[in-house]
Amino acid sequence: MISCKNVYKQFNDRPVLSGIDLDIPAGSVYGLLGPSGAGKTTLIRIITGQLDFDEGSVRVMDRDVKSLTGEDRKQFGIMMDRFGIYERLSCEDNLKIFADIYGIPHRRIAETLELVGLEDAMKKPAANLSKGMRARLCLARVFMHSPSILFLDEPTSGLDPQTMKQIHRIIRDKKKSGCTIFLTTHNMEEAYALCDTVALLNEGVIVDSGSPQEICRKYNHQKRISMHLSSGEDLEMEHGSASAERICELLRTGRVETIHSSEPTLETVFLELTGRKLEEDA
Amino acid sequence: MRNVIIIFKKQLKDTLKNKTVLIQFLLFPVMTLIMENTIRIDGMPELFFTKMFAFMYIGMAPLTATAAIISEEKEKNTLRVLTMANVRPRQYLLGIGAYVWFICMTGAGLMATGFHGMEIAVFLTVMGIGFTLSILAGACIGIYAKNQMVANSVFIPVMMVLSFAPMVALFNERIGKAARYLYTQQLRTVLDRMSFAGMKTEGICILSANALIVTLLFFTLFKRKGLE
Ligand SMILES: Nc1ncnc2c1ncn2[C@@H]1O[C@H](COP(=O)(O)OP(=O)(O)O)[C@@H](O)[C@H]1O
Ligand SMILES: [Mg+2]
Repeated sequence: MISCKNVYKQFNDRPVLSGIDLDIPAGSVYGLLGPSGAGKTTLIRIITGQLDFDEGSVRVMDRDVKSLTGEDRKQFGIMMDRFGIYERLSCEDNLKIFADIYGIPHRRIAETLELVGLEDAMKKPAANLSKGMRARLCLARVFMHSPSILFLDEPTSGLDPQTMKQIHRIIRDKKKSGCTIFLTTHNMEEAYALCDTVALLNEGVIVDSGSPQEICRKYNHQKRISMHLSSGEDLEMEHGSASAERICELLRTGRVETIHSSEPTLETVFLELTGRKLEEDA
Repeated sequence: MRNVIIIFKKQLKDTLKNKTVLIQFLLFPVMTLIMENTIRIDGMPELFFTKMFAFMYIGMAPLTATAAIISEEKEKNTLRVLTMANVRPRQYLLGIGAYVWFICMTGAGLMATGFHGMEIAVFLTVMGIGFTLSILAGACIGIYAKNQMVANSVFIPVMMVLSFAPMVALFNERIGKAARYLYTQQLRTVLDRMSFAGMKTEGICILSANALIVTLLFFTLFKRKGLE
């Protein structure tokens, strides 16, 4: 559905993207992970045709991105940030503008607002909405016209956990209905929970990509077991046969309060990967 | 074309909820009606207030409204969302321009109630030309400015010059000489005579030059910067 080959982009002679390759099959959720300033937003702007690039090729829906017409782009639903709302207009009027632009019947407005849980705020001016409600209003605008590809640039950053969960539910629903979803985040847990594929972007380079589980397993070279004992003591030991006796003993004598095996999270993988890279540079 | 109408309608809805813009549109028409109907001084030229407020209206409302609308949409990112939904920049500008012109003409219609017959036509033509030039100038500022702050700092002085210079010119000859080169001043002289017939070649030249300058500036800026 979306593919990039060797994409380069500079801003004022400073490289921002250096050779991006990616391939996103239809109907999957692709997560681009990276710290702030990594180039995530820049890549979304390139793929959606808002920004020119210097080298490489970008294809969307099997067409060169530069040849996409306005009509083709109606297949896109793009959320770049949580602004772009008409403050003085009500939620309903905000969506009405875009319903008219896309030529969709007005009854879709109420339906969409209901989907994001804003049916009670329909007549409220957008200025009176909470941060989480505004995020959901933006999301409503993004998929009201039933696009086949969603681009979500940090859809949940800065939101409370409850709104985050609601948004995750909406994103999963959209995936079920066949949408291809490209999202960026710097929240590793979010990527783990939502994405079929994640790519770790650092300083304009994709340092690794794969399914979240795959990546975590791949970097699972320091498996540990950690325990909290009833005495209040915390223990950590090798995840291997060497520790088996000891763990067995502790369990048998009933001194273990909690026990976990620590697998690397995307967070630690990222740290490890980029940390390494920095060392190589030095 | 459909998008132009959508922008027009959106702006209409927004204005009803935006008091600062609404006041700008209403201020001069309402003041005119009040002054003309309450103040009578012997020897005062006929429709003195209407004519004075008319060119101030031309210099202020369309200029500030256009610049404020465009810069606010840039600042709040709503413009980017519109262009991502495939509204072309020229459709957007046309929608906003048409809307400001339409509202201002409605205001001018209110102000014209003191005139009769042909005078109404002359008055509305003058206002229509003036609004168009001011809207173009306002759009230049809107395109140039990154946000509302920058827009404000540019349009306030421009507005002062355009709308007050013709008035100060009544009392100060030196300023009068300079103000002659402004379209607001030229339009004011037409309003004084209430006919285009007495317009000298010089006046026509100045008016055309003004039109040419704002139009060229508008297209240059638009081509260079778009609505980014
Ligand atoms: N229009 C621009 N002009 C110059 N530099 C830019 C522009 N947009 C982004 N950058 C730079 O490119 C880098 C990547 O930015 P961005 O893609 O926004 O990162 P992210 O979204 O991952 O936080 C940043 O260092 C930023 O300063
Ligand atoms: Mg970003």
